[in-house]
Amino acid sequence: MQEKHEEKLVLDQELRDDPVKEDQHRHPEHQIHHDSQTIDAPIESTVNATVSSAMKPANQKKRSQWLEVWRRLKQNKAAMVGLFIITILILSAIFAPWIAPYHYDDQDLLRTFQSPSREHLLGTDNFGRDILSRIIYGSRISLMVGFIAVSISLIVGGFLGAVAGYYGGRLDNIIMRGIDILMAIPSILLAISIVASLGPGLRNVMIAVGIATIPTYARIVRASVITIKDQEFIEAARAVGANDMRIISKHIMPNSLAPLIVQGTLGVANAILSAAGLSFIGLGFQPPTPEWGAMLSQGRQYIRDYWHMTTFPGLAIMTTIFGLNLLGDGLRDALDPRLKN
Amino acid sequence: MYKYILRRLLLLIPVILGVTFIIFTMMYFTPGDPARIILGEQASETDVQRLRAEMGLDDPFFIQFGRYIKDVAVNQDLGRSYRSNRSVTGELVARFPTTLKLAGLGVLVAVAMGIPIGIISATKQYSFFDNFSMVLALVGVSMPNFWQGMMLILAFSVYLGWFPSSGFSTWKHMVLPALTIGTSTAAVITRMTRSSMLEVVRQDYIRTARAKGQVESKVINRHALKNALIPILTVVGLQFGYLLGGAVLTETIFSIPGLGNLMVQSIRTRDFPMVQGGVLFIAVTFSFVNLIVDILYAYVDPRIRSQYK
Repeated sequence: MQEKHEEKLVLDQELRDDPVKEDQHRHPEHQIHHDSQTIDAPIESTVNATVSSAMKPANQKKRSQWLEVWRRLKQNKAAMVGLFIITILILSAIFAPWIAPYHYDDQDLLRTFQSPSREHLLGTDNFGRDILSRIIYGSRISLMVGFIAVSISLIVGGFLGAVAGYYGGRLDNIIMRGIDILMAIPSILLAISIVASLGPGLRNVMIAVGIATIPTYARIVRASVITIKDQEFIEAARAVGANDMRIISKHIMPNSLAPLIVQGTLGVANAILSAAGLSFIGLGFQPPTPEWGAMLSQGRQYIRDYWHMTTFPGLAIMTTIFGLNLLGDGLRDALDPRLKN
Repeated sequence: MYKYILRRLLLLIPVILGVTFIIFTMMYFTPGDPARIILGEQASETDVQRLRAEMGLDDPFFIQFGRYIKDVAVNQDLGRSYRSNRSVTGELVARFPTTLKLAGLGVLVAVAMGIPIGIISATKQYSFFDNFSMVLALVGVSMPNFWQGMMLILAFSVYLGWFPSSGFSTWKHMVLPALTIGTSTAAVITRMTRSSMLEVVRQDYIRTARAKGQVESKVINRHALKNALIPILTVVGLQFGYLLGGAVLTETIFSIPGLGNLMVQSIRTRDFPMVQGGVLFIAVTFSFVNLIVDILYAYVDPRIRSQYK
């Protein structure tokens, strides 16, 4: 803490408030390659850059950098398969009412436990509800749980990790010991206990799964903040008078984006799995919610006689997770080619 | 080295205290009156009130927490179950061997499958075998454990009738649960083994070993594998630690009387002392396994050993 303030150079107020300058030393290339060789934007160039000419090239470079990632991702067939699966899933979640042949809660008590047929492609359940329709509607819930739970852990974990890594010292110690405590409890058990004390339901499952995975994100962000914070462009930002909040949010976070994107993608997969697990043991969603885990739990009672009730919802979960894993692996390779085997 | 171990053990104390606090707080705020749970729905309000006072449930939160800590730390007493009135410690100790057996078998299956497949994949990178087993491993990671268990039941108990679908008494009972846990863990280990081996086979000393005419099998087994082992060990250790916490869902599917199953039942029936004791027990076990893994590193790798001094 002390040292940082001593280092801070007081510069012209004009420079400090100029957003273009800030953009300059958030040199696009640094966003991902934060090894020392690529740090070639010295303080002078930051300070000397003129407002008018700076805007365009900076933007162009930034765009081309993400284009480069996309280009690498496109060459990865496995990742494209993953992206395809996830796209289909998102589309079916959005257009569920139009795609699904029946409503998820349409009961037909004369046609219960039907095996897959032309009318009911994946068969019907114990209430005569169409399983395919329930799976299609279920994609809405799974995606929502996945994204919201990951957002919770990303925001909370990311904040804790950034603060711990940036300030170091006692604050770091306190936060990381807290994280150690959370990590000592297996995450599924932690999620179960949280849901038990909050009560079942969609919102509480998302909170529980979100909290249980905070440690992962906190550790990732902390690790990347520590590697970045002593580099020259951060010093430069401090020199032009950016405060801690600005340095963290505008300079450090964009640079730790790559591992977070990868972990986020894989995290959505994990969150969906955990939520399905919670529903499966009866602590998650309440009927008639067409949640995949809850459908499995229901089908389990009839496993001896009706195989289709357990097989298809599980296949839906597996395909989703498979797609997210493929995409996550592909993103890791595309965002950081050095990690590729 | 001893200093390091001692320091790690001391560091465990605040972690365990923290875990106790978190789980105690969560159970404190979980709806359901313990006195009512013990006496049952028919009990009169006055009886419930009397028991509440007797159990000290009307005391402020921190006094209750302090009492719990004192019971655990000084008297080594985790309390008694609200449901069965059996001692929590007794119940945990009775269930632990089952979970240990399941975790051990699962890891055994996982290591037996994962490490060889990972090695072959790495030595034949981008071959058909490599691509095929990597897709398979990813499928393994993507399968929900509980669903995989049900599919195995469907195939091997319902259709083929080879193995029973629930219980954990004979070896026949253990096959399906061990496979369920083992294959998904194997997927993780395979991926780790492959990437760790790929990292090592590019090193100069491997080229040297080949250049001096060493047989390929010896290069892989003696030079490469030994050095690739550390990250693999971490994953195996971590997975084992998690499994000791009770493969919650797998135990539920196969009705195995282990820790995970006990936890789920206790949370469902709001048996707070059992949940608190169980989570505490699991957290301690997990932390110890992690510590042992760290010590094993030092044993395997002299470079790490020198850092600990």
